[in-house]
Order: sequence, then C-alpha cells, then structure tokens
Amino acid sequence: MKGKYLKQGLRDGIPICFGYFAVSFAFGILAVESGCSIFESVLISFTNLTSAGQFAGLTVIAQAGTLLEMALTQLVINARYMLMSIALSQKVDSGFRGIWRWILGFGITDEIFAAAIQRDEPIAKSYFGGLMFLPVIGWTSGTFFGAFLGNVLPEILTNALGIALYGMFIAVVVPKSVEDKQVSAVVLLAVAISVLLKYVPVFAGISSGFAIIICAVIASAAGAVLFPVEEEV
Amino acid sequence: MDFMIFLPYLIVMAGVTYLIRVIPLVLVRKKIKNRLLNSFLYYIPYTVLAAMTFPAILYATGSMISAVAGLVAAVILAYRKGSLIVVAAGACAAVLIVEFLLKLI
Repeated sequence: MKGKYLKQGLRDGIPICFGYFAVSFAFGILAVESGCSIFESVLISFTNLTSAGQFAGLTVIAQAGTLLEMALTQLVINARYMLMSIALSQKVDSGFRGIWRWILGFGITDEIFAAAIQRDEPIAKSYFGGLMFLPVIGWTSGTFFGAFLGNVLPEILTNALGIALYGMFIAVVVPKSVEDKQVSAVVLLAVAISVLLKYVPVFAGISSGFAIIICAVIASAAGAVLFPVEEEV
Repeated sequence: MDFMIFLPYLIVMAGVTYLIRVIPLVLVRKKIKNRLLNSFLYYIPYTVLAAMTFPAILYATGSMISAVAGLVAAVILAYRKGSLIVVAAGACAAVLIVEFLLKLI
C-alpha cells in the first residue's frame, strides 16, 4: 500500500517538477541580477519553495529593506498557505500526524496542494512525501541553472513556459466546476472579485497576495452560506 | 553579496514562510464538524486557484493575445478532463504557436 501511494505521489509530482524548473530558472536569473551569488540563489529556493514570496523577497534584499519588512511581505503574500494548510488538515489520513506534519507541511505550495486536494481518497503521508519530492528538486535545480547559465533561453520559450503553472490550476478548477454547479458559481464569484481588485483604481494598493486571500475568503464564505455541502470534506 | 548580510534575510524569509504552512496543519488535528466551516473549506481550493489564475494569466506571457490563446486551450483541455501535464503542455504549445505567428506578422 505504502509503495503504491509513494509511486502515485512521485508520478503526480512530475509535471509540477517541470513547471517549477521553468519558473525557478527565471528566479535564478533575477536573483543573480539582484546581487545574490549562485549559492545564495539556490539556498533561497531550497529553503522557501515558493514563487511569489521569493520574487518579492528578492526585492526587499536588493533594496536593503528591514527584516520586519521582509517578514510582513512574506506573511501577506504567503498567507494563502494557511488556508491551504487548514483544508489539507481535513483531508489527510490518520497516519499523517506528529513529526510528519512538521516535515511535510514544508511542501504546501499552490501546485502541490492542488494536486493533493483533488484526490478522491484521504491523503497518506507517503503520497504527499512522494508528491513534494520531485518539485523540490525541480525548483532548486531550476534556480541553479538559471543563476548559472543566465539568460540563454530564447524569450519566446520562457514566455510559453510562463503559462504552464496557470494551466495546472485550470486543470484542477475546470473539471470540478463542470461536475459541481455550486463550485462553478463560487469560482465565478472569486474570478469576478479578482477582476474588480485588479482593475478598479480604488483597490490598486492591494498586493496580489492579499487580493487572492480576499477573493478566496469572500467567495468561499458566500458559497458556504448559499450552498452548504452535505458530507464532510 | 556579503553572506553575513544575506543570512538574516534568508532566515526571516524561510522561517515566516515555513511557519505559515506548518502551524495550521499542526494545530488543526481533529475533523471539523461545523457544517458552515466545512463548506467554506470545501470551496477554498477552487476559489484560491481561480483567483490566482485570473486575471494574472493574461500577463504571464509576452503578449495578451498569446495568453488568451493559452487560457482558451487550457480550459478546453481541462473541460475534456485532460491530466495536469496535458493541460499545462497544451497551454504552453498554444502560447508558443501564437507568439510564433505574431512574430511572422
């Protein structure tokens, strides 16, 4: 059983690994341009495993910001992981506890969460461990190659890779929306709020990380009140 | 960059990000029984992913035209229940083709 879950996890991690390699390649290029060494760039990716937070963190480092500024930036941009972490806590199986929560919790990212949460069965620690393994390698090695090789990929190719992660999000959201009309209504509401926050000038000061939280909380709360679900998640 | 200047930034950055991920997972050990809260959590994955995708996807490539092509390709493939990698690769291919055509014009 354990071997089966591990294998499934590793397999589901392959596309995420490739997507991460491409994005972190771009991060590596930017990190070196911002004054980090190759070693420092790789260290950031290995210890943070997050895209938006790292790009923002790089700005703080490059501008010699304060540590408080760094902490607040990460808190706001990555607060969405709290929501994912709570949702995940409701879907893990009984073996996913103790020290494993401290270890595997490190692997909560948008894509790894998306892959794990769409499973029909409870999430075993061997599945989640397998799932995060290759993406961590992809994310770290991509940064290394980006930092080391610099801007060698033709722009048209990096542009195309830029959409890969969004494609994966769509692959999770669309089939579920087709299957469950209530999910589709809630998703459309989230998108509508997201568009408002992006384009209405009054909201221009809201960071993109915080905007995601606002959209998700309002739309999900509306969904919970209007269409409460019957069974346990 | 001087490693001793870099290190505190790294520790704060990685520490905050790690704790955000792990604290809820460690603290919430029981199944939540509250129906309203359960429903809220049921919708969270989809609303988070949807809000992250749109409209940000429109700015993920070199031009909005290629981004729309990628978006449309991804939605069609996902509608036909393509796997994560098929949808992601399809979106990339659509962007690549459209950007190539735009260069020819």
